[in-house]
Order: sequence, then structure tokens, then C-alpha cells
Amino acid sequence: MTARLGPHLKASALVLPLVLFLALFFVWPIIAMLKQSVSDPVVHNTLSQTSAIAAQWNGKAPVPAALQDALVADIRATTDRQEMGAVVRRLNSAKSGFRTLMRKTRRAIRKTDGPINLGEVDKRWNEVAWWHTIAQASSPYTDRYLLAALDYGRDKHNQIVALPEDASANRTILARTFVISLSVMLSCLAIGLPFAMVIASTSGWLRNVLLAAVLLPLWTSLLVRTTAWFIILQNNGLINSALQALGITDQPIPLIFERTGVIIAMTHVLLPFMVLPIYSVLLSMPGNLMQAASSLGAHPIVAFLKVMLPLSARGIASGSLLVFMSSIGYYITPALIGGPSDQMISSVIAFYATESANWGMAGALGLVLLSITLLLYVVYGRLSAEKKGVA
Amino acid sequence: MKKWALLASVLALGAMSSASQARDLTITSWGGSYQTAQQDIYFKPFSEKVGKPVLDESWDGGYGVLQAKVKAGAPNWDAVQVEAEELALGCDDGIFEMIDWDKMGGEDAFMPAAVSDCGVGTIVWSLALAYDGSKLSDGPKNWADFWDVKKFPGKRALRKGAKYTLEFALLADGVPADELYDVLSTPEGIDRAFAKLDELKPDLVWWESGAQPLQFLASGEVAMAASYNGRITSINKTEGKNFKIVWPGSIYAVDSWVILKDAENKELAQDFIAFASQPENMAKLPEYIAYGLTNKEASSMVPDEYKADVPTTPENLEEALSLNIDFWIDNSEALNQRFNAWLAQ
Amino acid sequence: MTEQPYIEFRKVSKVFGSLTVVDHLDLTINKGEFVSLLGPSGSGKTTLLMMLAGFEDPTAGDILLGGSVLNRTPPYKRNMGVVFQNYALFPHLSVAENIAFPLKRRGVAKAEIAERVNRVLEMVQLPDQSEKLPSQLSGGQQQRVALARTLVFEPNVVLMDEPLGALDKNLREQMQYDIRRLHRDLGLTIVFVTHDQSEALTMSDRIAVFNHGKIEQIGTPQDIYDRPNTHFVAEFIGETNLIPVKYREGDHSRCSVTTKTGKDLEVTSPVTLFRGTEVLLSLRPEHIELGDSAEGLENAMPARISDVVYQGDHLRADIEVDGTKLVARLGRHLPPHDPGDEVFIGFRPQNARVILP
Repeated sequence: MTARLGPHLKASALVLPLVLFLALFFVWPIIAMLKQSVSDPVVHNTLSQTSAIAAQWNGKAPVPAALQDALVADIRATTDRQEMGAVVRRLNSAKSGFRTLMRKTRRAIRKTDGPINLGEVDKRWNEVAWWHTIAQASSPYTDRYLLAALDYGRDKHNQIVALPEDASANRTILARTFVISLSVMLSCLAIGLPFAMVIASTSGWLRNVLLAAVLLPLWTSLLVRTTAWFIILQNNGLINSALQALGITDQPIPLIFERTGVIIAMTHVLLPFMVLPIYSVLLSMPGNLMQAASSLGAHPIVAFLKVMLPLSARGIASGSLLVFMSSIGYYITPALIGGPSDQMISSVIAFYATESANWGMAGALGLVLLSITLLLYVVYGRLSAEKKGVA
Repeated sequence: MKKWALLASVLALGAMSSASQARDLTITSWGGSYQTAQQDIYFKPFSEKVGKPVLDESWDGGYGVLQAKVKAGAPNWDAVQVEAEELALGCDDGIFEMIDWDKMGGEDAFMPAAVSDCGVGTIVWSLALAYDGSKLSDGPKNWADFWDVKKFPGKRALRKGAKYTLEFALLADGVPADELYDVLSTPEGIDRAFAKLDELKPDLVWWESGAQPLQFLASGEVAMAASYNGRITSINKTEGKNFKIVWPGSIYAVDSWVILKDAENKELAQDFIAFASQPENMAKLPEYIAYGLTNKEASSMVPDEYKADVPTTPENLEEALSLNIDFWIDNSEALNQRFNAWLAQ
Repeated sequence: MTEQPYIEFRKVSKVFGSLTVVDHLDLTINKGEFVSLLGPSGSGKTTLLMMLAGFEDPTAGDILLGGSVLNRTPPYKRNMGVVFQNYALFPHLSVAENIAFPLKRRGVAKAEIAERVNRVLEMVQLPDQSEKLPSQLSGGQQQRVALARTLVFEPNVVLMDEPLGALDKNLREQMQYDIRRLHRDLGLTIVFVTHDQSEALTMSDRIAVFNHGKIEQIGTPQDIYDRPNTHFVAEFIGETNLIPVKYREGDHSRCSVTTKTGKDLEVTSPVTLFRGTEVLLSLRPEHIELGDSAEGLENAMPARISDVVYQGDHLRADIEVDGTKLVARLGRHLPPHDPGDEVFIGFRPQNARVILP
């Protein structure tokens, strides 16, 4: 028995690092993100008595005295400042002003061991809206982040409503992210396909030089490349000075802080991901198919459309997918070269993660992005499967 | 078999040595010419004084960064320079160590805005209107001029975010400085600020790192910009530029040293902050970079030649205003969300 | 009747960089003729074919088809069918779509396309395969499809570039037979590139033997085999014994030569030479006759058998004559000989040919 198990064990030991790596750096972060986007445990755990009473409260004024007492007791019982800080941040994120309100209240509670009238500590406690916020936060799970990620929220009757247009623009930014990614994909295709064909048709040192030209961007840091584009695209940069010197334009063409500049820079950065898959497909094709087509009476353009293009379809598809998926996550290039209306969803995610420490919101946006991307991938899989079926 | 045993013991040794090897005191600041100055006057002398190496790193701010480090446990930074808002948030959340004010020379030695349970103020800096004096001889005088694209054609650069931007918009709209935060605390005031921003939106460029506005000004990409005052004076000195600062309407704030909760070298970090807060050390800073000093005695020791560039000089302070931290820690998330939505449209 | 040449190469050269691949070459091919271009790799035969197809431009010289110069005509207007060694079928198209490809380019009506595709598939004995993809067929079947795709548009000329090189022996023989049959039945003009001399001998009306960008000899298979003009052709086509001799005397074709040991032999020569010129005598193994005595043998010489190998339909013998080693191909009906046997060999004068070294 052991003798037979031996090789199996050894084989599994070989893939173990891979499995561990995937679990640790791929599966776990996604699960953590999922959890982060729907879990809302801080108020439930820290203000446990308050939460229990709030769950039974029907939400109509007046605020039950028990609820007030429970809140005071909970605050008194919580000695861990980080824990209380999380509660405050959670509440303030739902309703601005909670931070100063809670600070004041905690200070008052610290001063005495006896009962406290919260209304006297701060007038705001007399308003039912603040208590609604606590009540809404008392469940350990929430859909508010996911709703907010799609510009929805809950009103005071707990109904799902669209957020006012000037309060949230995630859908606009998501749509824009896909539009920019699509444009980058198309411009990569327009440049990458002929380029890959040229490389595939050459040989020897020329092929090496051309390949190096494509690969070079991959060997330099993204930041350096983007900064270089900033210098080239700016108003008195290389492109505009050249155009003006040649007398093509009098005024500098706005390239920097514009969509055009973003697409140019991203196309440059992502071009290798388009060229390499197409190139490898072309390499695997017999070299004389174009000759064969022309001997059969096909004009070079017809031969390209009927033979070369359908045959490179596989490379085009995987190249497009690679470019599209990579551009969806772009952050630095639009931030440095784009204007405010060129910012993509990653910059919003970064805002929530690094600036405001709102991990729930960051997770929810990440989840939405992931779901849409997966959906697109499934659609792509269907389409390419159908194509194969026809052929 | 022997080979495996050897490998295991090597690995175990490696693990032990890395566990027992203590991390050196790590100080994190804003990078750039400011951090270079700090190396000369704080990091290196302190390292020599205690006879231990000091590491320094730089960051771009963001409360989430600090929170994530402390939450994960065993943060790899000890002392960090933070903005006032991060100080207030982190102090509430308990992600910073308490300051031993006796070590620092007592709370009274500092200006009031520099004193907090969890942080020691170290510089006073301004975000101010700046322009290239070699391109505009008769430059803008206030934020209303910043909005006047007829008189001063060209793009303008502002710091990306609601903070400062909304204040500047209201100042440009004629709100007096002493009523500013009262107006901004009302929904109408916020609408008014965004309406003012709408006017200038097509001409605005947004920057995220402090070096960008100077770069924009230098390349002529923008006609004027909101910029950190210290960087302007530096670039004038090092690259012979003639960038001008408009002090009226500038907003100043205090940056503080904090110690991350449960950092490995928290004791040494207290000593470092005390060292960096000593008047004779602090007073060396304006020679390098034009920031105001929080230690009263240090302030008085600044040579006259640097005073004109420092935000805390009385003439410069006259029409400047102080950033309202309480307002921003309450409203930052909601206003930034709205700001981002506004930007996106 | 003097036939007007259908295809004509006039002083055609092709130079790649410093390498002359085809060197001032003249060649004419008649309508309906099957001409093989035979030679080792690098001898310029494929380049010549590519120039005829229009894939390469000649560096100098003219190529004519039916009397008009073809140099500037792009390949897709030449109406020449090319069959490649690797078949060059379009992998994304079915067999029927591959064959329909040239017809669609010529705007043939749909119904007619279907009919012609079916007809040509029957011609190459591949009915019922029309819906398959090339990758689902065997090598031989793929080459039949490639052939069908070429034949279906009735090209002026069919150019074949080592079409059978990738097939195994049995398939190759079957295809050789099929191509010959199609040539005969359809009256095709075929230019066939190969480096396999037996293939060229089996199939061609004429063979052009290529060496270093030039044609060494052109003629019918029999001419080439039986009457090689040069050392290269004699060695490249079939197996031969080359014996160094001196020219003695002769008139026109019949002459005599002297071996190293001073023996005079009666042989044939394509040219008359000065006495004493050093030449080679080419003697095919199957033309060597064997006897126990000199009697009944022409050009008889004593010899010793050093080895005999049984080869199925014949015996192959290594023979030593005056210190020169020869190979002979003997009928199985001959009485058995063992190594070491002393015998006599001889050959007929018309079977031994003088060639210049």
C-alpha cells in the first residue's frame, strides 16, 4: 500500500507550492474581499447590547430609553480604542458628524459612573436620525457597500433607492472604465496585428530587433514609461513642438489630461500583450498559405481577409482579452496623464482603500468589477466556442 | 537523509537569525527635498547620538495605509510624519502610541495646534496659490483671480480631493475667511462651493503628488497652481525659478510625528521625536525648506533671511487661515465621495 | 511539325545577396508536357518554380507563357496551380471550402462550384470527405485535396514542389501513378520539382537535371539514364561504375579506350577526343555480364568476386578487376558464385559510355 502511495505523495508534494501559492495569493484575497464587502460586524460586536435592542425597535420615534442606556453601557464597557474607533468610523461613514458626536459622548461617559442623559451631552441625540443610523448598522451583514458601489442606497424606510446623481458616480466610472479599456484594446489591435505580421514575416536579426522593440516596454517600469509619455504629450512636449514646427497646427493640440493621451500611453504599455499572442499563432501557421492563396487567384487583400485574418483569430482573441483585462485595472496611467473625466474605477477603489480606510466599500467595488469581468469572460468563452463549432 | 537534515538546520538557523535580528528604527516622512533636509538635521545626527542605524522611508499619506499596518500587527514603521487629519483619526482609533510629553520638553514649549495625545507637531505648512513670476509680471492676488480665466488665461492645478478645494472655492466666491467653515457646514454652503467649482471645471488640472504642480508650472502646462509653500521656495533656490506665493487665502496646517501602535522601536521613536523637537535642531530646518516651526523657541531662532518664506511669519499669517480638522474628520468621507462623483461627471 | 514552346525561360538568373541560385538559365516546356526539375537541394530547381509561379522575381532574364512575357504579372493573375510539399491547405476551411476557394475568387456561380467540387473530388478518389477539416485527413488524403484544389480551376500549368516528399513509400507510389493518370487524362502541363531520381524517371516526359543553378542535361528519362553526358548526371541518376581510362581512337560514337593496365575496350562516346585524353567510363551495374570463360563476352576481362548479396529480385556482386572495384547487378537465374571465385566479366560497347571528368 505504502509503496503504491509513495509516487502519488511525491507528485502531490511537487504541486504543493503551486497550490499553496494559489490559495494564499489568489483564493484567499478574493474570499477576503467578498467577506469584506458584505460583512459589517463592528457595531454588532462592539455595541452588542445596543444592537440587540435596536433590532427590536420599529424605527419610529420616540427612541426607547433602553436603547440609550444600552449605548451608554456599551461605550462604558468598551476599553479597546481601536475597536471603538472602528465603530465611530463605521457610523460616521453612514452619517457625517458621528465622529465629533461620539468623541463628545465618550468623554462625558468617561467622567462619571452614573446614568447619563445623552440629550444633555449633545442635542443631536434627541434627533431620531442618529439612532436610525445606529439601528441600520447593527446587523452583522450589510448590502450597503454593494448597493453604494452601484450608486444605490437605502432610505429611512429601508427601501432601495438610487443615490442622487451628484453623490455617487460609480456606474459612470465603471462604464467609462470599460469604454477606455475597449478603446485601448482596439487601438492595440490596429497597431499590433500588422506589427505581429511584419515580425512573423521577417527572420534573423531583423526579427530580433522588432521583437525587442515590442518587449522593451515590458522591461521598463510602468511609472517611467508613463512619465515619459507625460513629457512627450504635454503642450510644449515633443509631439506638439514637432507639429507646430512643421506648421501643421498653430496651437498645441491638447493631448495631456485628455482621453487621447491616456489611450496613447496605455496602448504603448499594453501593446506587447497584443503582439505576442498573435505573433505566436502566426508562427505556428505554415509560411506559404498566403502564396497558396495567391496562386489560387486571391488578390493579397482578399487573401488577408479570407486566410490570414481567420487564422490569426485565436491570437487576436487572446491578445484582445489580455489587453482588455489588464486595462480594466489601470490606475497610474490615467491618474498621471488623464484629466478628471478619464479616471478609472481602480482609482476609486484606491481612494477607499488607502485614503478613507473604508475597506467594505473598496471590497464591494472590487467585487462588482470582478463580477462584470467574469461575466464578460463567460460571454467571450461562449462566442469563441460557437465559432469553433461553426468551423 | 543527511542532506535533508542539513537543509533543515540551515533553514532553522535562517529563521532564528531573522527572528532575533531586530529591525532598526524606521522613520517615515514625505520624501523629496524635505526628507533630504530631515536626513541632514534629524536622522543622521540622531543616529550618531544613539550609536544605532536609522532607516528612513517615504510615503504619500493615506489613513488606510497606517491603519492596515497596525491592524496587521508588528508594523514595519516606527515614527511616521502625518497630516493633522490622520493624527486625529488615528488618535481616535488608537492606532498610535501615546506621547510622553515630559520627554518632549513639556506641552507649553509648543504652539497649541502642535499638541495632541498621540502626536507632536513638527512643521507648519501652507497650501497656497503659486504662479511663475517670470511669466506673469502682474500676478494673481487672491483666489478670485485664480477663478478669473479672462484676466489670467491658461489652466489651473488644484490638489485632487475635497479638502482645500472647497475652501478655495468659497474664498473665491467672496466668503470671508472667518465664516468659511460655518458656510461649509451647511448643505447650501457645499452646493455653493461645488457651483463655484463648476465654473472653473474645464480649466482645472488635478494633482496628487506634491511635485506635480511645480512640474506643471515649470512646463507652462498651467498658469497657476495650489502648491505646498515649502516646495516652491526650494525649487526657486535649487533651480533658479521665480515662482511666487500668494499668502492671503493660503491654508496652513500642522504635520506631526506619531508612533505606530506596538511598533518594535517605540521607545527609541519617542527619543527620536524628542530630538527632532529640540529648538536647536528644529531651527535648522528653514535653511533647507521654508516650513514654519512648532517649537516656540525654535521659531524665534530662525534667521531673518528665511522669515519671508515661512508660513508662521506674522505678515504671512495675517490673511491665511487654519485648516479645520474637526470639520474634515466628520465630513471627509461624504464630501470626498461627492467630490469624486462631481469629478467623474 | 515544330512545336511552339508553351513556357520559355530566357537567360533567367536569380541572385540572393552574393549567392547566385539560378544562373543564366534557358529552358522550354511544351504544352501538355510533364517536365521534372531534378537535382540536389540548393541546385536552384525550387527557385525556378517559384519564379514561374510569380512568388519570386527573376534578377535578370524573361519568363514567357504562350509567347508573352510573364515577369510583371502578379501570381494571382497567372492562373497557375501550385501544389506544395506541405499541402498548404487552409486549416480553417473544410475540404469542400478549400477546393471552392479558387472558384469563388473567379466568381463562379454557387451551383457550378458545388458540381465542380464534387467532380474533382471523385477525380482524386476522395468522395464523401468534403465536410472534413484538413486536420482530420491523412497526409495522402490532404495531398489529394491540394491536388483537387489546383485542378478544379483548370490552370494553364500545374507546378508541383516536391509534392510527395512527405509521404511514405506505398502512398508515394500510388500518388505517382495517380498524378500520371491525371496528366494523361486531362492533358495537363506539369512542372514537377523533385530530388528523387526514381520519381523523376517514373513520371516525366523530360527531365532537367539541375546543378549549381544550371541545367546539366535535359532529355527523356531514357536519355538521362542511359546516356548521361556529365560526371554529375551519371552519378546522380541511378548507380554507375566510373572507371578511369584513356581515350585511344574512334569516330563519332564508336571508339576504343585503354585501361590503366593497358587493356583496350570498345565503348561509345558522345564526342571525338584527342588520343590519350583522360576520361571516365560509365558502366551501369546491370550492364555487366558474367561468365566462367571469356567466351561469348564482349570486352571480356578476368575478374574476382569479392562479395555477393541476395537482394530479392536480383543479386548484387562486388567484383575486382585489375585492382578496380566494380558493382554488378546479376540475374537470379545465374549459377551461384561464392566470394573468391575467379570469373570473367564483359559488356556491350553501346552500354559503356565515355564521359568527361
